[in-house]
Amino acid sequence: MARAVTPRRKLINTGAAWAVGLLIFFPILWTILTSFKSEAQAIASPPILFNFDWTLENYGVVMERSNYARFLWNSIIIAGGSTILGLIVAVPAAWSMAFVPSRRTKDILLWMLSTKMLPAVGVLYPIYLLFIQMGLLDSRAGLVIVMMLINLPIIIWMLYTYFREIPVEILEAARMDGATLREEVLYILTPMAIPGIASTMLLNFILAWNEAFWTLNLTAVDAAPLTAFIASYSSPEGLFFAKLSAASTMAIAPILILGWFSQKQLVRGLTFGAVK
Amino acid sequence: MIRKTSLGVASVLALVAGTSASADAHSATLTIATVNNGDMIRMQGYTDQFTEQTGIAVEWVTLEENVLRQRVTTDITTKGGQFDIMTIGMYETPIWGANDWLVPLDDLSAEYDVDDILPAMRNGLSHDGTLYAAPFYGESSMVMYRTDLMEAAGLEMPTDPSWQFIREAAAAMDDPANDINGICLRGKAGWGEGGAFITVTGNSFGARWFDEDWNAQFDQPEWAEALNFYVNLMNDYGPEGYATNGFNENLSLFNQGKCGMWIDATVAASFVTGDDSTVADSVGFALAPNNEGVEKRANWLWAWALAIPAGTQQEAEAKQFIEWATSKDYIALVAANEGWANVPPGARTSLYETPEYQEVPFAQMTLDSINAADPNNPTVDPVPYVGIQFVAIPEFAGMATEVSQEFSAAYAGQQTVEEALEKAQAITNEVMEAAGYQ
Amino acid sequence: MATKASRSAARLMMAPAVVLLLGWMLVPLIMTLWFSFRTYLPLRGGDQGWTGFDNYVRFVTSSAFWPAVQTTLIIVVGVLIITVVLGVLLAMLLDQPMWGQGVVRILVIAPFFVMPTVSALVWKNMFMDPVNGLFAHLWRFFGAEPISWLSDAAMPSIIMIVSWQWLPFATLILLTAIQSLDSEQLEAAEMDGAPKLKQFYYIILPHLGRAITIVILIQTIFLLAIFAEIFVTTGGAFGTRTLSYLIFQRVLESQNVGLGSAGGVYAIILANIVAIFLMRIVGKNLDN
Repeated sequence: MARAVTPRRKLINTGAAWAVGLLIFFPILWTILTSFKSEAQAIASPPILFNFDWTLENYGVVMERSNYARFLWNSIIIAGGSTILGLIVAVPAAWSMAFVPSRRTKDILLWMLSTKMLPAVGVLYPIYLLFIQMGLLDSRAGLVIVMMLINLPIIIWMLYTYFREIPVEILEAARMDGATLREEVLYILTPMAIPGIASTMLLNFILAWNEAFWTLNLTAVDAAPLTAFIASYSSPEGLFFAKLSAASTMAIAPILILGWFSQKQLVRGLTFGAVK
Repeated sequence: MIRKTSLGVASVLALVAGTSASADAHSATLTIATVNNGDMIRMQGYTDQFTEQTGIAVEWVTLEENVLRQRVTTDITTKGGQFDIMTIGMYETPIWGANDWLVPLDDLSAEYDVDDILPAMRNGLSHDGTLYAAPFYGESSMVMYRTDLMEAAGLEMPTDPSWQFIREAAAAMDDPANDINGICLRGKAGWGEGGAFITVTGNSFGARWFDEDWNAQFDQPEWAEALNFYVNLMNDYGPEGYATNGFNENLSLFNQGKCGMWIDATVAASFVTGDDSTVADSVGFALAPNNEGVEKRANWLWAWALAIPAGTQQEAEAKQFIEWATSKDYIALVAANEGWANVPPGARTSLYETPEYQEVPFAQMTLDSINAADPNNPTVDPVPYVGIQFVAIPEFAGMATEVSQEFSAAYAGQQTVEEALEKAQAITNEVMEAAGYQ
Repeated sequence: MATKASRSAARLMMAPAVVLLLGWMLVPLIMTLWFSFRTYLPLRGGDQGWTGFDNYVRFVTSSAFWPAVQTTLIIVVGVLIITVVLGVLLAMLLDQPMWGQGVVRILVIAPFFVMPTVSALVWKNMFMDPVNGLFAHLWRFFGAEPISWLSDAAMPSIIMIVSWQWLPFATLILLTAIQSLDSEQLEAAEMDGAPKLKQFYYIILPHLGRAITIVILIQTIFLLAIFAEIFVTTGGAFGTRTLSYLIFQRVLESQNVGLGSAGGVYAIILANIVAIFLMRIVGKNLDN
């Protein structure tokens, strides 16, 4: 709803929005800046914003100490795998709920959401024992499944609300023309649903990437993602702000970059049916 | 879409297959869970040498202390088998050993010289006389103080100060205008943080956790005296927000020259005299204090040690690693590369007999502090438990964390010392009753 | 519209999701229920048999229980209020014409991509540390005594950290909703001389009702379970122990799985009460 405004008004808007935006972004900016400082400069008083000796030393230390590539790869596999698997399960379910609703559809949806409310730590022992039984501990496959299940309700709900915004009339018209179910899905629904599916994928990827309870407790080496990587830098002896910042930057950079590049997608689909 | 689906299924299957393939490759590798302390991280740097010598590869799982505890405890109690070696402390070792969850280390090689391990450490890491974990480094607690500030204040630190003298010195050195606090002490909630410190402080005032029938003793006057002394001392001369300071925060403060004194782990000595410290040249050491007239001092005893969970497929290799990492040769290796001040301290008698090490300024005081600690006899009045800054029963970690949270709330001024002690008494009795002690 | 055939096809398509979620819910739930009736102490030989409702009674009569429930609710409600109010304001600001809208939007949504552990670590150490934190420097610069955030103002600090993480999410959804607002309606109101506040109250807010409902619903689900932020910052001290943190203490720190499981059952009950409450109050918004 872009409206014509006076340049003066636009200037004020711009100033206010940038100020708020920078304020919100500042903690991240500060972390990135600190990661390029020496430990002594990281705690200097008064704090130094830009005017310090830029160094890559902290990144060197972190790279030497941890196998960053493996943590990163595990994060990608777990977040990506659980997203793909989740979509395979969720798309048909959301489709049928959106287009062939029954009286119980709403109840089923709410029940699905309620499974997310089980406090994770309460079931750590049961799940850990199950994982031992099934030989899934410290395996990427195990985490892919858990992440998929954790986020499935959100995926289904998001897709459901998105699918519901697709006008039914189009489907009916297609059916009149004798389109089969398969053709209906393939040629009409899928193209219309792609933005929704894309943003669902993104959201799920972010949620799985940032999940820090199961990914930490069910892994050791082979499947340990970036959340475990960060746990080895959280409070060591001595000065650590700069190294912590470097490790933090490395942990969030991939997802931050992905998020920025795809933010249009994310924004377009992230409505949860909020727009009517 | 169908093609997309099959592509998805295929890639997921590929992932699973990839995982099982890497599981096979696992067999020549030791997985070691450890804490992210400086000495441990240094050891990781030397692991390549171990791999070269033996052909055994090592994978490290380095975690922050609280996460590590949570992780290894879950794994050992469920027999998850995720780790071949776990880094654990003096609290866990006897309890786990008693449950037969650890491989006894009773057949270590002759050249390892198990009798060289400091007796206090060996006792603390044994159950029924069997060693279950080999100490990588050991520590007690001691006073670290700024010699320059003491001199300026016209005071001289005795080797065995009392709490009364500590208070006097803190008052003399406290200098808010120059950002110097008279004293820095742990106040952070958690049994291994502020909980450990206040427990040894209690010991040095004649207090104890339990009487011989396992009744909580927080309603006794000794506890009130100890806690009031601590709170008054810190409110008067401690840093801002000391209720959230642990070992690490205090180390950072001391290294920045913001503390006149710091009473904490003896391992801190190599850090405060090391490269990161701005006051490295003017640090003195003394025994942990006692309340005048009380025979026990605020000395704790701790070791980070390596243990092998029972049921590991690679017991022999794991033992090989432990023998390497806690050997005299490893100490010599670190000394040769990083200097004697940086070797892992407090584990072996021979280290303290090494002439080069005796020249390290804090060596003798560390040994004296360790020897002053007696886990079997930690308090003035008799107690039914073993352990100085902890009580070696499974229920302790949980309840001591809750008790120390109540204490921290009192440090932050959110409740009175009396209220905190009352709650501590209730929490402790509740847990002990539930566990069937009373 | 739906034929019998498409109905059964729909059921078939829903089946995998329903079966999986049913399994994911029932298996742990049944195990939790089972453990909650047993004395299960991993460090004392594991499962020691049936204990009836002892764990339930012990958990609920513990002095920590009600304060934990209260803390949980305060955090959830506090974060919801902050993120919704600021989210609406921010969404309206971002909707205005300006230069560099895309970049500003990127800046605003960035916190959403940060892992909770990382954000808690960064806030705790680099901002709220009473000696070296940026806030302490800022306070000293203005001649004030630095605040020990995580002890003296522990709850506001945690609410602030969590709000920072969730504000982008709320803003994004609300922004999408605002952008769909029919601008002619607003223009007409402006022509009629309706003051801005009235426009907001009678046109914008009702239009956002549905979006706000969604924000509240989704955030509540995640907020009831926050853990990393507390684990990293206060460890449950200074009155920040939520119900899920209390369960963590019982299960992992005290190694009493039976007691913790009983706590887990209470947490499920609480979550469901909150859910029903939410549905009753705001669920209507979802139906139309």
